[in-house]
Amino acid sequence: MSQKSFVWFCLLPLAVVTTAFFLLPMARLVVAGAEGPHGLAGYLAILTEGRYRATLINTVLLAAATTVVTLIVATIAGMFLQRHRFPGRAVLIAMLTFPLAFPGVVVGFMIILLAGRQGLIGDLSNRIFGEKFVFAYSIYGLFLGYLYFSIPRVILTIMAAVQKLDIGLEEAARSLGASPWAVQRDVVLPALAPAFVASGAIAFATAMGAFGTAFTLATNIDVLPMLIYTEFTLAANFATSAALSVGLGLITWLILALARTFSGSAVAAAG
Amino acid sequence: MSTAGHGAAVRIESCGKTFADGTRALDPATLDIARGETLVLLGPSGCGKTTMLRIIAGLELPDTGGKVLFDGKDMTLVPIERRNVGMVFQSYALFPNMTVADNIAYGLKIRGVARDERAARVAELVTLTNITGLENRRIDQLSGGQRQRVALARAVAIRPGILLLDEPLTALDAALRDRLRGELNRLLRALGITTIYVTHDQAEAMELGDRIVVMRKGAIAQIGTPREVYFAPKDRFVAEFIGAANIIEAPIENGAMILPGGRLPIDGGATIANATVMIRPETIRVADAGAGQLSGTVDSVSFIGDRQRIVVSGASGKPLNVDASNTIQAKVGDRVGLSIAADAVRLLPSEP
Ligand SMILES: Nc1ncnc2c1ncn2[C@@H]1O[C@H](COP(=O)(O)OP(=O)(O)OP(=O)(O)O)[C@@H](O)[C@H]1O
Ligand SMILES: [Mg+2]
Repeated sequence: MSQKSFVWFCLLPLAVVTTAFFLLPMARLVVAGAEGPHGLAGYLAILTEGRYRATLINTVLLAAATTVVTLIVATIAGMFLQRHRFPGRAVLIAMLTFPLAFPGVVVGFMIILLAGRQGLIGDLSNRIFGEKFVFAYSIYGLFLGYLYFSIPRVILTIMAAVQKLDIGLEEAARSLGASPWAVQRDVVLPALAPAFVASGAIAFATAMGAFGTAFTLATNIDVLPMLIYTEFTLAANFATSAALSVGLGLITWLILALARTFSGSAVAAAG
Repeated sequence: MSTAGHGAAVRIESCGKTFADGTRALDPATLDIARGETLVLLGPSGCGKTTMLRIIAGLELPDTGGKVLFDGKDMTLVPIERRNVGMVFQSYALFPNMTVADNIAYGLKIRGVARDERAARVAELVTLTNITGLENRRIDQLSGGQRQRVALARAVAIRPGILLLDEPLTALDAALRDRLRGELNRLLRALGITTIYVTHDQAEAMELGDRIVVMRKGAIAQIGTPREVYFAPKDRFVAEFIGAANIIEAPIENGAMILPGGRLPIDGGATIANATVMIRPETIRVADAGAGQLSGTVDSVSFIGDRQRIVVSGASGKPLNVDASNTIQAKVGDRVGLSIAADAVRLLPSEP
């Protein structure tokens, strides 16, 4: 067997798996999306039909907000945790990364325990202001749940990146007169850019497609995965749910690609 | 050159450093550095050179009681960003997300210098450091020597009062190191900035330093001009660390050292039962057998090019290294005489 055919032979399992579990169902999904009463126009409905469009915008905004806030919180926390040694540090890191294993349902459950009708926040606000603050079942509850979900993942990536930062660069900037803020802006953040893109992409994609949390909390929130679920199980509207699924995938992919190009130059330069 | 004469005088006063984990990196030391002087901190790895440099820079706080003064002003608690020091790190620490020009101009930008003036200053510095044409390169497109020059240009761009260099040439190969050492020397003289230069390479220290501080295990072993530390080392450690040295232990009787190969007269020596002396290999002359104060047998000859290193045994308790001219014919096994001037023998304090 020649070197070349050997390589092809090794690629065979990959090709089979890709076709069986990825390409075929995907193709079927794309076809299903066009099999509704309106044919291919079913795809257009995602954008033209008011309810779908609103949900789509909702979902993107929610995912974007989650990503931005997660990155801010995780960067500050990750930088602090990586750079400081204090008693209880290991426990704190363990606690912060503990939710990694939780499915969305559990996260939703915890949000209800925190901000639900019998929740901690409600109890507290009731005592102080005489009014129960309940936001678990709103988009804010979902936002909190997504944060809870993303922060552990992002913190770990950021901590690894911070560990690799060259302290010498920061010292050099300071010797040239840079204030602590300027050092962050000119040296630290550019060097962390690749980690931001990588972990931000995961946070964003997770928030776009997260279902468990939304399902547990959702009484009056519409996010895309929920919409797909309702169209699919309740309305048995296969074509629309397929079109929405393809749309969800495409839009997520598109936004991530944009983010990557946008930050591409910064990442390359930070090399 | 407009940069000339920006030096500040530095004084560090009983500055010691004990790290949080209890490591005593530096014993309390006091040191004065004159305006415009180039002072070299020289010593083996781990002796506290970097620690002392970082204390002067403001990157480490000295233990309580220690003080750092610039031109008589107490700077101990002033953070590095307000000390106006230029630093060159061993790893260069150039900003990878900026071009060469942006790296050099960074300190000026932080100081709010206008764009035109920055550009003019960058142009001036790339000429000075011989990197014209590389202004728009990214850092990862530079060679080691070019990076070193950018790091230097960046550090002097802000017209610092003090320039601090931590082993700036160590990462380069030997030939480049020699060339850059000469270049650096001219540049430092031209700029006239007070410079503190850390190295563990004694050749570098000799060429660049107005004075050398030899350090050992967190303490200052000797301070002096290159000639002083070379010809008049205070102790055995300095003698052996700087240059090559023959260290001989033998009794001295009536101003002469009693050795297996003969009697060696020394300057000003009375009678010492157990003396330690140093003789530099290049101060020993090889003579015909029977001539000179000592006699011995040639153990080995290594031809180095500009000279040859001859090892002679039997003259003293242990074999003597002799640096002889490259024209002398000596073979292993030859009997030779050695002549050593009395003032070339340096009496060292005997170690406990
Ligand atoms: N942050 C630190 N914490 C604890 N010990 C340290 C720290 N920095 C340095 N040391 C110790 O202090 C001593 C002096 O270190 P320093 O870096 O000043 O040595 P050096 O003379 O610069 O050595 P080299 O030539 O290898 O760079 C060493 O024993 C080192 O291990
Ligand atoms: Mg060092």
